[in-house]
Amino acid sequence: MGRRELCGIPLVAGIVSGSAWWFQAEKEVQPRVTATGQTAWQLLQEARQAAVEELRALIELRRAELAPDDLAVLEAQVLMIQDPELDRLVTEALDRGLTVEEAWEGAIERTRKLLEALPDPYLRARAADVRDIGARVLRRLRGVDRQPASGPGGILLAEDLTPSEVVALERSRVLGVALVAGSLTTHAAILLRNRGIPAVIGLGPALREVKDGTVVTLDGERGCVILEPTEDEVAASQERQSLLARVRAAAWEQRNEPAQTLDGIVIEVGANVGSLADAVRARENGADGIGLLRTEFLYLERETPPSEEELREQVGAILDAMGHRPVIVRTLDIGGDKPLPYVSLPPEANPFLGIRGIRLSQQQPELFRVQLRALCQLRRPGLRIMLPMVATIDEVQWARQVLNDVCRELQESSGVVKTLELGIMIEVPSAALLADHLAEVADFFSIGTNDLTQYVMAADRTHAALGTLQDPLHPAVLRLVAQVVASARQKGRWVGVCGEAASDLTAVPLLIGLGVQELSVNPDLVPDVKAEVRRWSLRMAQDVAQRALQCRDAAEVRSLVRHQREQPEESTPRQS
Amino acid sequence: MTRQEVNSVEQFVVRLANRAGLHARPAASFVQVAAAYASQIHVRNRTRDVGPVDAKSILGVLSLGAEQGHELEIQIDGPDAAQAAAALRELLEQRLPAEDR
Repeated sequence: MGRRELCGIPLVAGIVSGSAWWFQAEKEVQPRVTATGQTAWQLLQEARQAAVEELRALIELRRAELAPDDLAVLEAQVLMIQDPELDRLVTEALDRGLTVEEAWEGAIERTRKLLEALPDPYLRARAADVRDIGARVLRRLRGVDRQPASGPGGILLAEDLTPSEVVALERSRVLGVALVAGSLTTHAAILLRNRGIPAVIGLGPALREVKDGTVVTLDGERGCVILEPTEDEVAASQERQSLLARVRAAAWEQRNEPAQTLDGIVIEVGANVGSLADAVRARENGADGIGLLRTEFLYLERETPPSEEELREQVGAILDAMGHRPVIVRTLDIGGDKPLPYVSLPPEANPFLGIRGIRLSQQQPELFRVQLRALCQLRRPGLRIMLPMVATIDEVQWARQVLNDVCRELQESSGVVKTLELGIMIEVPSAALLADHLAEVADFFSIGTNDLTQYVMAADRTHAALGTLQDPLHPAVLRLVAQVVASARQKGRWVGVCGEAASDLTAVPLLIGLGVQELSVNPDLVPDVKAEVRRWSLRMAQDVAQRALQCRDAAEVRSLVRHQREQPEESTPRQS
Repeated sequence: MTRQEVNSVEQFVVRLANRAGLHARPAASFVQVAAAYASQIHVRNRTRDVGPVDAKSILGVLSLGAEQGHELEIQIDGPDAAQAAAALRELLEQRLPAEDR
């Protein structure tokens, strides 16, 4: 009997077992409604009214359960269904003789594209809401009463889910969700997370072979679905689930404690922050500081560059939110992919290999100078500056010169100004290879594993088909990390990691085992990363890291760490 | 004697003070207030040079991409223009910023 396991992308942690059932109407072919003219308009208005009522009922049903922001999105959907702009587009299309479905779908499609083109990611995410209401109205038009909650209960399988469909899921019946689609709209993903429904996405067409009623175990930690597990496997997964729940609760309890390895080495666990709201979340989650403050949000979406005062005020607010904890501010990291109206950049064929980060600062020294002036005036202990996209030694020397000039100016005009520590991101392979020289001109290093991986593996990090080449745990990347740490150590510099790898629990022992002293992660993951640090002794982490350097690919590295991790007795110190 | 409807025109500019700009919830409030008046109301994002769009359309309002600090130009034309102007000003200048606190 062929027992199989399908693996995709983990979305919401948790392990559950139950019978699989397909989202109703997934495979039903619904007859199209082909009315035209005045009849079409009437039918559509009725369908829209029914959709509004359906959505309002759903909002009332879940009001107590949903976060205010999630409710707001659904309430905005109600307005979208009745939108006069859609009226106009539909009327135009009906006047041209199109059928009701063609007119509605055309109007939805045009509006969706309009929102998708917006620069703000939050507003762009609303395009999914337009698609969501479009489908809801169409369903009512065809007279289909799609009740996703009416299944038998268990593990829900679907092609994809819209935000309102996630809201409609009956929490008591839906133990977990497994999807064919590889990328869920941000909001549907957030809703699944907020509702605490374990989920795996990106399972691909293989999932379609799973029949209703098949018993499955969904592992939201690893991102896998086990088909027809044995009784032992079900029991083991239940045990693992309750263990994980305890581990997570303990991690939250201890979030404000330092992350100390079993042999007493303290690893600083900071957060990656891109707004004041992130900083507040970072503090709530017990972050020891900010290992990466992205300053792009201060520059995007405006006609003129921010003034020194504005920068001082906004960065100051974030420092305030963090109390006296260390904050590393990365200078503007922008390039041809995110053009600013006040910076003229010629279009580039490869913006990720073009003028960005420190290269842009060299071309636009005034922008850089103003940013440094603002930071120098903040005079806070623990505030450090970090340069993005460094490839050569002279770039750092240039920046250091500008920083010294700025400090001198300020000293002359307003008295004592202490200079700030100046570190660099290690994300360009040349910087990793020159780390010994760079350690003489930079005060610290922070490895940006996403970009480093992209450049080392020559694999666009946004390319959907290059998954295996985008894993920052690839031995090729780990070897560079090892080299960077060794070079930094010799010169007495410390090394942090602020890329995605630091948020990946599998990477935690490898990074600390290679000598990384600071991890900067997604604010929500701070408690989990701290807990992971506490599971390991430095000695064991060093051992597994050295073995990982000898692996042939990322999959081998991952299985090595997993194997080591799943033997809890080995990760506690033996009594003599 | 027939009562004659007097159309008046109101126009004003506001700088968005609330943190979220016209994102989902504030955009919905804005549209709901606008929809309560008979006048035609149009709004343009001067900072990004987008619009004008129908202020009673949530899709239109979202497409302005209006964020904190952006300048909105609002044009109202109709029998209750003055009341609509007062209500929208109150929303943008008082109520939405107050929600941040």
